[in-house]
Amino acid sequence: MELRGKTWKFGSDIDTDAIIPARYLNTSDPAELAKHCMEDADPSFPARVRPGDIIVAGKNFGCGSSREHASIAIKAAGVSCVIAKTFARIFYRNAFNIGLPIFEAPEAAEDIKEGDEVTVDAGTGTITNNTTGRIYRATPVPPFMQRIIEAGGLINYVAERMKQSCTK
Amino acid sequence: MPMTITEKILAAHAGKEQVVPGELINARVDFVLGNDITAPVAIKEFEKIGVTDVFDRERVALIPDHFTPNKDIKSAEQARLLKQFSQKHNLVNYFEVGRMGIEHCLLPEQGLVGPGDLVIGADSHTCTYGALGAFSTGVGSTDLAAAMALGETWLKVPESIKFEFAGELKPWVGGKDLILYTIGDIGVDGALYQAMEFTGPAIESLSMDGRFTMCNMAIEAGGKNGIIAPDEITRAYVEGRCKRPYQFYRSDPDAKYEKVYYYDVSRIEPQVAFPHLPENTRPVSEAGNVEIDQVVIGSCTNGRMEDLREAARLLKGRKVHKNVRLVVFPGTQEIYLQALREGLIEIFIEAGGAVSTPTCGPCLGGHMGILAKGERAVATTNRNFVGRMGDPESEVYLANPAVAAASAIMGRIAGPWEVD
Repeated sequence: MELRGKTWKFGSDIDTDAIIPARYLNTSDPAELAKHCMEDADPSFPARVRPGDIIVAGKNFGCGSSREHASIAIKAAGVSCVIAKTFARIFYRNAFNIGLPIFEAPEAAEDIKEGDEVTVDAGTGTITNNTTGRIYRATPVPPFMQRIIEAGGLINYVAERMKQSCTK
Repeated sequence: MPMTITEKILAAHAGKEQVVPGELINARVDFVLGNDITAPVAIKEFEKIGVTDVFDRERVALIPDHFTPNKDIKSAEQARLLKQFSQKHNLVNYFEVGRMGIEHCLLPEQGLVGPGDLVIGADSHTCTYGALGAFSTGVGSTDLAAAMALGETWLKVPESIKFEFAGELKPWVGGKDLILYTIGDIGVDGALYQAMEFTGPAIESLSMDGRFTMCNMAIEAGGKNGIIAPDEITRAYVEGRCKRPYQFYRSDPDAKYEKVYYYDVSRIEPQVAFPHLPENTRPVSEAGNVEIDQVVIGSCTNGRMEDLREAARLLKGRKVHKNVRLVVFPGTQEIYLQALREGLIEIFIEAGGAVSTPTCGPCLGGHMGILAKGERAVATTNRNFVGRMGDPESEVYLANPAVAAASAIMGRIAGPWEVD
C-alpha cells in the first residue's frame, strides 16, 4: 500500500488532549471527532487538512489519555499516516488496533518540513520525501503486529481466533 | 534466571516459567474495566467479534465516572450504553451514580483488584493498581473489547527501571511530590514502554494512599506500569477487602534493570508542575507569585482519605481567598461518607469551598469546574496539558493536596507553611 500526501508538522509530546480535546468526547462518531482533530495544537487543522495528508511529529506522539478517539479522529480526518520520532505506547497500540498506519522514523521526523510531499510504502516502511528526494526507513513493525494489520485490525484478528477455537 | 516483580506477574499469567523484556506474550487477565468515554467504543467493537458473552461477568467492570452525573444528552446516551450492556450481560460490577466512585479509587477500595493481579483498563490511569503489587496498565477501547471476549490480552514484556527512594520525608511532602519530582527528573517519556518499580525505605514507609498516587502517575512518564512490592502495609489494606485470592510477588535481588535511579527524599520539597507538561516541576518555594482562580482537590490521583485530611487540616478555621473557587471531589461514595463522618466536609464548606459527588469531570475538562480563557488552577490531578481543564489558553498547576489547600487560602500558589 502506498500512502501519499502533504505533511503537517508538529512538535514533541503531542498529547491526546491536543489531538482530540475531552470536551468533544461525549460522542464517538468518527465524523464528529474529525471536525475537532488537532484543534488545540493547530485550530486551522480540521478545516485545512486534505485526504491523504500526513502528520509528522517529534517524540512521544499521543501521550496522555488512553482515548482511542485520538487515533479515530486522525483517521477520520483523512490523514493517511503518522510519522514520528517515537509514539506513546497506548496510542501505538490503538493505531494498530483500528488500522491507522503509523511509522516510527526519527530521522524522517526530524528532516521533513511542513508542506513537503511525502510517499510511504507501508509494506516496507520506506519513506520518500518527494520535495527533497531524501529516503528514510521506518523502524520495522514486530511480526505479531504485522499479523494484526493483515487481519484488518485487532477485532478481525480476535474474531478469526474465536472461530478457529470453536471449530477445533 | 532472576526476574523483577513485573516479569514474575507476567510470566505467571502467560503460563510460563519465565519471561524476558521484549518478549511478546498472551496473558490471562484477572480483571478489565472501562468508563463512560472508552467503554461505548469497546462495546461497539465487542459486538463485532460475534461472541455472545463476556469471558467472566464478575471480572468486567463498567464505571460511568467521567461525564457523570450526566453532563448533557450525548453523555447520557453514552452512559446508557454501559448500563444496557451491563444488564444484557448480567455484569456484577456496574456502578451507578450514587454507588460509584472514580474508577481507580473505587476498584481497590471494593477489593476488586489485588496483589499479583494482571489488570487492563481502558483508561490510562489503570496503572494505579500497581500500588498493590499488581501488573496493571491502560489500553484503548479495542484492546478492552478483545479482552472482554477472550479473557486475555497480548503484551510486550517491558524492561524495568528501578527508582530507589531513601531518607525521611520532609513535612507536607508525600507520594504526589515524589512522583512529580521523578517525572521532573526523567521527563514525560523518561520511562516510555517501561515498568517503573518504586522501592527503598521511603516507599516502604509510605501509606497505601501515597503509593496509589505514585503508581497512578507512572503513565505521565510514559511508563507501561508503576509497581510497588507488596508488604505489611499492603496486607493491612487488602486483608478482608479483596474479593479474590491474591499473591505477593517481589523482585529477585539480582533482577535486571534497564536503569536505576537513586533519590534522597529528605531533599525533596513539595513540588508544583507548571503548564503545560507534568515534567515542568519546581519546588513550591520557587513558584513565584502565581495568582489563581480555581483550586481542585480530588481525582484518581489525590481523592482519597489521606488527601482530604491533609487539605482539611489547613482549611480548618480558614477561608478560601475571595478571588478563588475551591472544588473538592472525594474519590468514592465511601470516601465521601467517611469524610462527612470525620467532619471534613463541614470544614470544606465552612471555608467557602464546594464539595461534589465523585466524578472525573474537572480533571479532563469535562464538567464541574471548567476554566475560562486565561484562568489558572492549582489541581491535585495528574495532567496539565494545553486545554486540559478548559479553554486552550487556561493553565493548570499540579500539586499535592496541602499545596492546593494553602493556595486556595492565599489566592496564589503557596507552600503549606505559609498558612500553618
